[in-house]
Amino acid sequence: MAAPAGRPKVTNMNHGFLRRYLFSTDHKTIGLQYITLSIFAAFVGIALSVLMRFHLVYPESRWRLLETLWPDGAPGGVMTPELYLSLMTMHGTIMVFFLLTTVPQGGFGNYFLPLQIGAADMAFPRLNMLSFWTTFLSFVVLCAAFFVEGGAPLAGWTAYPPLSAVGQIAGPGQGLGQTLWVLSIALFCIASLMGAINFITTTLELRTRGMSLLRMPLTCWGWFTTAIISLFAFGVLLAGGVLLLLDREAGTSFFLPAGLMINDKLLANKGGSPLLFQHLFWFFGHPEVYIAILPGMGAVSTILATFSRKPVFGYRAMIWAMLIIGFLSFVVWGHHMFISGMSPYSSIAFSLLTVTVGVPSAIKTFNWLGTIWGGSLRLTTAMLFALGFVSVFISGGLTGLILGQPALDSYFHDTYFVVGHFHMIMGVATVFAAFAATFYWFPKMRGRMMNETLGRIHFYLTFIGVYAIFIPMHFAGIAGNPRRYADFAQFDFLKDLSFLHKATTHAAFFTAAVQLLFLFNFLWSWWKGPKAGQNPWHATTLEWTLPSPPPEENFGHNPPQVHRGPYDYSLPGAPKDFLMQQEER
Amino acid sequence: MLLPLVIWATAVLVAASFAIKRWWFPAPINAHAASFDSIFSVNLLIMGVIFFVAQALLGWLIWKHRDRGQQARHSEGSTRLEILWTSITLLLFVGAGLASTGLWYEVHLSALADAGLKIEVAAKQFAWSFRYPGPDGKFGKTDIKLVNDAAGNPFGIVENDPAGKDDIVSSALRVPAGRHVQLLLQSRDVIHNFFVRELRIKQDLVPGMTIPFRIRADKPGEYEIACSELCGLGHHQMRSVLVVVSQQDYDTWLRRQAAQR
Repeated sequence: MAAPAGRPKVTNMNHGFLRRYLFSTDHKTIGLQYITLSIFAAFVGIALSVLMRFHLVYPESRWRLLETLWPDGAPGGVMTPELYLSLMTMHGTIMVFFLLTTVPQGGFGNYFLPLQIGAADMAFPRLNMLSFWTTFLSFVVLCAAFFVEGGAPLAGWTAYPPLSAVGQIAGPGQGLGQTLWVLSIALFCIASLMGAINFITTTLELRTRGMSLLRMPLTCWGWFTTAIISLFAFGVLLAGGVLLLLDREAGTSFFLPAGLMINDKLLANKGGSPLLFQHLFWFFGHPEVYIAILPGMGAVSTILATFSRKPVFGYRAMIWAMLIIGFLSFVVWGHHMFISGMSPYSSIAFSLLTVTVGVPSAIKTFNWLGTIWGGSLRLTTAMLFALGFVSVFISGGLTGLILGQPALDSYFHDTYFVVGHFHMIMGVATVFAAFAATFYWFPKMRGRMMNETLGRIHFYLTFIGVYAIFIPMHFAGIAGNPRRYADFAQFDFLKDLSFLHKATTHAAFFTAAVQLLFLFNFLWSWWKGPKAGQNPWHATTLEWTLPSPPPEENFGHNPPQVHRGPYDYSLPGAPKDFLMQQEER
Repeated sequence: MLLPLVIWATAVLVAASFAIKRWWFPAPINAHAASFDSIFSVNLLIMGVIFFVAQALLGWLIWKHRDRGQQARHSEGSTRLEILWTSITLLLFVGAGLASTGLWYEVHLSALADAGLKIEVAAKQFAWSFRYPGPDGKFGKTDIKLVNDAAGNPFGIVENDPAGKDDIVSSALRVPAGRHVQLLLQSRDVIHNFFVRELRIKQDLVPGMTIPFRIRADKPGEYEIACSELCGLGHHQMRSVLVVVSQQDYDTWLRRQAAQR
């Protein structure tokens, strides 16, 4: 049932500052809140990675700032292994959850899904507000782990028990810090579940007249598919988190077997299985990769079409690819566990399913190339990042085919090869899509243009920077370098790799600094950017029919009537090179 | 029009840096590692060609179709092309996946005529211990309550069990060259991982499980064992060595150790 989309919306117009900007139920304000939170989280995450990379290359150097920040973690200004591991845990957790999961869906999805389907707001505006504030609370709880006794946890973003389940005796940060971590993740799951329900309902119920499912922009398909995946994945992670919390705080033994002796202390637990947690975690964890990247795939498709002045090549194939990815993402989690001790037979099944999930990803790549083929390419910053996305997606995706084979993973598992792979495909690709989306939609969100010159410089330096960081990691991995090592001094074979790590570290410093250009561009353009018109890119989807920024009630009492698909560029015989979705001709 | 040049330059540099093999695998010390290397090489070659062609094509398309005022060609897709590239990638990817299952099967699933030598491996935060059954070929009983690292009993061997009297405990893993060795992997606290680069295999040690894990090293020498599953603050220093010696040297060592007990 599509669309009583003209349903008038309760606006916040007459409310005070708090209701308008802080506790707003307007999806656009909430979208911006998510984006703001993500940008802040991203810079925290970047800062942590800079500290980690610094330590790996200059383990002995004294740095007063570190001692000021972490008197226990860096006595004399020298980072301890436990501080290194806690920075690593927090870097991973913050980046995966509060950047890669938050900005594509909570941020851009919230802002643009209703606009692109011609709706007045999300289906459940108050639930939407609650989702954001729960996410915010989750972030606060996570960051609080830095300030409690023992500091932040050191079990990594994957938090495998028993290390994560037995408390302080397993290491500093494994006490209250780890408890806060679990609580934060549980809160995040709840927020994401609420968000997923909202996105699914909005997509199914609030499309305007004429906006059939097969006229939706691929961005909407990305958010819709992501919401469905989230609904199944986060519930399972929540269960895992609750059981872990019970093991930690209530003395249960879901993940703890009999006969555990931690730090010379014999525990009374019995009957649990550490592998059970891994199954629950990766049942969420692998779909999570696609939760991060599917909205970006949608945005990149739209941006490539817009700036090629061509329809997306194979629109239906793109939708099928997303849905197949969504389905297959739930049956490949075992490839994270080839060497975990699970049955070697299941590894073979998981492996074949894993290489199969590469097929729809390849289909998407072919279609992106098909989209720009024969186009008239306008290389705006948004377009540069979208094309850069295709490049890093290819580079990061191919190594996944190597890791998906258990015989090869038996060497590469938990080496820097994996670190290089997933940063490229999950981190960099998703972030490139987010940058593309930012440059593309900033004019709509703010009514001002971002600076293109700064944008281009930022793009080129970042593009070179990420390759310089993550390609050397593959070589460290080929040489067998395990990840999550706080230093490389204890093993003879690691000493030969110091050049690689130095190169990576310096590339990381450089690339991190370059991101300040983006921050500056964003803030400067927010206040000082030149005014953007209603449709500066000559794009076709519904958000560009509204003023920039859109009025609070979106389309108000005149919900648009949609007449055509989302990408009618360069139609033969048309008066101009684009026809918007609500135009009859 | 910087982008095509940057993409091409990046692709060339990435491909070249893989081709020089400056940072690479250590030399293999058994047939499995050699097979691993050749399967990896084939995979790398396939992926490398796809990588290079795709990046080159991406750069070329950006160059060729840059906006020079031309009209874009309206095209919504091609079912034939979709079917073509879907079939090709499916065959290629699944083919690559199938091609390496033999190697996996061999290590984890194939039956052996010779059960081989059994050695227990015990991991804890952040040390390795290895136990040999001694000349009687039998492991003595253990009890977790008797575990005492300071007293040199990391396995908790029961004192009065005759089978345990001649058990040998070592902090390095010494094995005879060319023989199958059945490692019995155990952890007493958190998850660890047994990784020897030269063998090209790794396996988690999971508390509550005893995981049998077969290795065979043909080339005498010393090879580092690195814990490869995050196990706590000392993870980076959880090191031991695999010492591969001739059968003769191994027998001599075993006799001498048993005599010392």
